[in-house]
Amino acid sequence: MIERVAEIQEQAEAEISAASTAAALEELRVQYLGRKAELPQLLRDVAQLPPEQRGEAGRTANQARQSLEAMIDAAAAKCEAAEMSAALADDTVDITLPGSPVEAVGHHHLLSATRREIEDVFCGLGYSVIEGPEVETVHYNFDALNHDPAHPARGRSDTFYIEGDGEGPEQTLLRTHTSPMQIRIMEETPPPIALIVPGRVFRRDSDATHTPQFHQIEGLLVDEGVTLADLKGTLLAFARSIFGADRELRLRPHFFPFTEPSVEVDVSCFMCEQGASPEGDRCSLCKGTGWLEVLGSGMVDPNVFAAVSEHGYDPDTHQGFAFGLGIERIAMLKHGVPDLRFFYENDLRFLRQFG
Amino acid sequence: MRVPIDWLSEYVEVDLTAVELSERLAMTGTEVARVLHHGPVSADNFVVGKVLSAEQHPDADRLRVCSVDTGDDEPRTIVCGAPNVAAGQTVSVALPGAVMPDGTKLGEAKLRGVKSSGMILAEDELGIGSEHDGIMVLTDELSAGTPLSEVFAVASEVLEPEVTPNRSDCGGLYGIAREVHAATGGALSAPPWADDPGAPTIGQMPAGIAVTVEDAVLCPRFTARVFENVTVGPSPIWVKARLAAAGQRSISNVVDITNYVMLVSGHPLHAFDLDQIAGAALTVRSARDGETLTTLDGEERVLDADICLIADADGPTSLAGVMGGSRSEVSDQTTRVLMEAAVWDGANINRTSTRLGLRSEASSRFEKGLPPEGALEAQAMATALMLELTGATLADGTLDVGGDGAGANVIRLRDARIVSLLGTPIERDRSQQILEALGFNVTAADDGLDVTVPHWRRDDVTREADLIEEVARINGLESLPPTLPLNRTGRAGGLSREQRLVRRAEDVLVGRGLSEIVGWSFTDPEVCDRLLLDDDHPLRALVVIENPMSSAQSVMRPSILPSLLDAAAYNLARGAEGCALFESGSVYRSGPGEDGMAANEHHGLGAIVTGPAREPSWADPQPPIARIETAHALVSAVLGALGIDWQVEQGELPFLHPGRTAMIRSEAGLLGWFGEVHPGVASSWEIAQPIAALAIDIGRAAAEAPRQTMFSDLTSFPPLREDLAVIVPAGVAAANVVACIIAAGSPLVNRAEVFDVYEGEQVGEGRVSLALHVDFAADDRTLSDEDVAPLREKIVAALKSELDGELRG
Ligand SMILES: [Zn+2]
Repeated sequence: MIERVAEIQEQAEAEISAASTAAALEELRVQYLGRKAELPQLLRDVAQLPPEQRGEAGRTANQARQSLEAMIDAAAAKCEAAEMSAALADDTVDITLPGSPVEAVGHHHLLSATRREIEDVFCGLGYSVIEGPEVETVHYNFDALNHDPAHPARGRSDTFYIEGDGEGPEQTLLRTHTSPMQIRIMEETPPPIALIVPGRVFRRDSDATHTPQFHQIEGLLVDEGVTLADLKGTLLAFARSIFGADRELRLRPHFFPFTEPSVEVDVSCFMCEQGASPEGDRCSLCKGTGWLEVLGSGMVDPNVFAAVSEHGYDPDTHQGFAFGLGIERIAMLKHGVPDLRFFYENDLRFLRQFG
Repeated sequence: MRVPIDWLSEYVEVDLTAVELSERLAMTGTEVARVLHHGPVSADNFVVGKVLSAEQHPDADRLRVCSVDTGDDEPRTIVCGAPNVAAGQTVSVALPGAVMPDGTKLGEAKLRGVKSSGMILAEDELGIGSEHDGIMVLTDELSAGTPLSEVFAVASEVLEPEVTPNRSDCGGLYGIAREVHAATGGALSAPPWADDPGAPTIGQMPAGIAVTVEDAVLCPRFTARVFENVTVGPSPIWVKARLAAAGQRSISNVVDITNYVMLVSGHPLHAFDLDQIAGAALTVRSARDGETLTTLDGEERVLDADICLIADADGPTSLAGVMGGSRSEVSDQTTRVLMEAAVWDGANINRTSTRLGLRSEASSRFEKGLPPEGALEAQAMATALMLELTGATLADGTLDVGGDGAGANVIRLRDARIVSLLGTPIERDRSQQILEALGFNVTAADDGLDVTVPHWRRDDVTREADLIEEVARINGLESLPPTLPLNRTGRAGGLSREQRLVRRAEDVLVGRGLSEIVGWSFTDPEVCDRLLLDDDHPLRALVVIENPMSSAQSVMRPSILPSLLDAAAYNLARGAEGCALFESGSVYRSGPGEDGMAANEHHGLGAIVTGPAREPSWADPQPPIARIETAHALVSAVLGALGIDWQVEQGELPFLHPGRTAMIRSEAGLLGWFGEVHPGVASSWEIAQPIAALAIDIGRAAAEAPRQTMFSDLTSFPPLREDLAVIVPAGVAAANVVACIIAAGSPLVNRAEVFDVYEGEQVGEGRVSLALHVDFAADDRTLSDEDVAPLREKIVAALKSELDGELRG
């Protein structure tokens, strides 16, 4: 009997090895291991053997069955995998067709994206972000910011005034800068303060380089012992975050009514080396100067502190810096937008390029 | 203002090129907008010539053949077309090789057969004035061959500085010269008014004239001198050339002197023909409403009571500080001149020139506020020129009403304060040197310097900080170290919670395929009609601009919807099939706002989707078009992201489709709306397809969003989900079916959601089938069918009794 088992096993193994399809293997499974097959029958017959032979015969037959079973399982798994691979290999599509359904991703407007980028830089420097009203009073927009009564910006040719009852300092207007928030904030918050004010502002100007509405970000930091050098360091950090780590900063003396000293701030051009492109042409971005004018700033004028002295700001002990930058200008410089009008046309072909 | 460098060099030594100088000025506080070139590229080959003979050209009536001595061995032949050329004249000659202002290079030429080697010049050929009819005739003392540039400024670089409004002292060349001196160290000459030929007469009244100043605030100083035996005529060429380079037209010697002095001193003057001053008496007074005056430009001006004028016995004769009157204008017949140098209130001059739409060289200087002392400086300089150029004699006396300004201010400049404000020290000696170069008087003090402010900086430099600015700007800011300030606010900074939520809301819309626009805050008041608003609709409470740039931009938008419709119409007109847009920005209503705001401003978030609700693709070529449910889904996404509980409520808005209008209600009130734009509104934007729209008061929504989310256990005991199909009469709102199921299934049903809607034969006319997922859950155990079965029956009963509903099939 043991010999017979060995014969069956040998024959079955040969046939299993030769089988190439899952179906053939199933047939072999029935043929060698099915209820009517010889090997199971031999196993059942073990009981009729003399007791001393039963042990070895049973073990041998059982091992043979298990071994064949495992062999068929393994071969079948291999076959199935091969068959699936073959089927999948035939099941191809054009993978270069576009995705569907189109999960459209929208776009932040370039002005918003730029505003957020700048906000995040100053948030990282510990500044809070505050917003304020766009319809303002003469008091906050001009008077408290040390504007001379004859300052041209007050004129009706420069500033939009609002119809209403307010007169003198209470007359209402569309804010011409985000600076009125300097006063509103200092009225509410005692020093030290560090904050920025993003927002929409309005000037009565419309030409190739001006739109009657545009966007600014005001910055204000007040404490004891704040210096012009601190302003330079802060704006250098800003410039490098926005325009690249290699940027340098240049301060040019200027005049603003609410800062003293006042400076205009230039950032070294990121498109050229000192005004000349790598090909040696005059850089079109900086007009060959090597510098890009990005914002106006200065040390808060003592008269501005005097306007809020009852709120804890003392012109003798408190110093601070303020700056105001145009979001449109930064976006135009950084992304090479040639014309302000693109920002307000809202042409999808423009909007989808950014944000 | 134009600053010819050649002229500037009379007052300060200039060693730099024009470009270098403008860079240096820019770095010390005076931006130079442009560097121009006046006249020929170079003065080479322009010389003085003597006309030896001038003969008729044999073949041309209008040409003369001249023999001209230009200092060479032989006289040269020059053909000239000017009618006034004559033998014996001293003239300007351009020799072959000279480059004319237009860039053409002069060669030898044959004119009608006669060789001409040079050109006798008329004024306009050198960019001086418009005189072309005749050649320039120079004085006879000049010898032939003298380079023309020794006679007058033939060619000059010209700077165009942008003087900041605080620097009224830089309205003249001498002020700029002082800046150049401080910025470059170039030697500064004494001011051209240092020697006053009329000095002994100050304080006396010129005989025969009287001046009354009624308002010393509007006219802090009025000075006058009288010149007799004046011969009015053309100015000498050097005056003409300088004025031309500075952008001023030459008019006559007397008028040119007023302009010349103004350009140098920064202080405007006005010359009257004394014999045209009725009564020989002037009164400075406010105009009467409606009074008229014809100014020098020939315009009749209607004045008002805030305007200051100078009148004589016959009425107004000059618009103070802005422009003279034509009645007392200096003419060829003038022999007696009253020279006025006054000071006017800057704010008033600014108002007058704005009100009359009349800006002049004078008004633009006076409106910055000029010091009274400048009036006599200008008189001194003008007197010297009147005597030199017009043959005039100065009548005894200088009329002076008002006198000098306030005494000089002395300010302490502490070394310590310099360090504390700038963050870097400046040596005391260096500060002293800078301040003295700028004309300040400086004496030593124990902790710094005592600085006396000169009268020309009286209004501008009043405090220590102003002095620090002067020192810092001239010393240069290049060496300032970049440092970061300590942040001692005790706050970490960053966005506020509300700002973060607004960003989140915007991001949700971007994530769902919408593109952000930035619309105009301005709009047309007619937008209210286009939105079909009733006459008393609250959105009609517009913020109105008093001085708009156009009526289409004359009010502030009351809603974001019109901005979105503008952008949609713009893009649809350019071939877009549809668009999905949003804007996050202010909307405005009149009336006082919260927290002391001058108007009622809200931060609105609006969106519209028109055309395909999602982008079509090859596998999804015809997606549904955007409808109210598109807007609904966006509202759910935005408010869901903010964690706000809200419900839909029936509403009515004039600009929305009346059958497709939904209000957004939260615990705190209405947060906004969504729906489809009324086709009548859409058509006024020329949009013919449905427009899904929404608006959320995002400022308020963000403020209302829950501050903090606390944990709920949603995983330990998962819900049991049953699907119900309910047939209800058409017109029963889905929200009511949901509410009925949740109420009847209480407390184990916490969620029911419509996933299919069917109308048709199988459910019968006038009925609709809703399929819903219903979740049964308890927070302490997993529910079994036995728990759910009785509730299911209760739900069915409630649907039947409350909504006439029945389970389907
Ligand atoms: Zn560049």
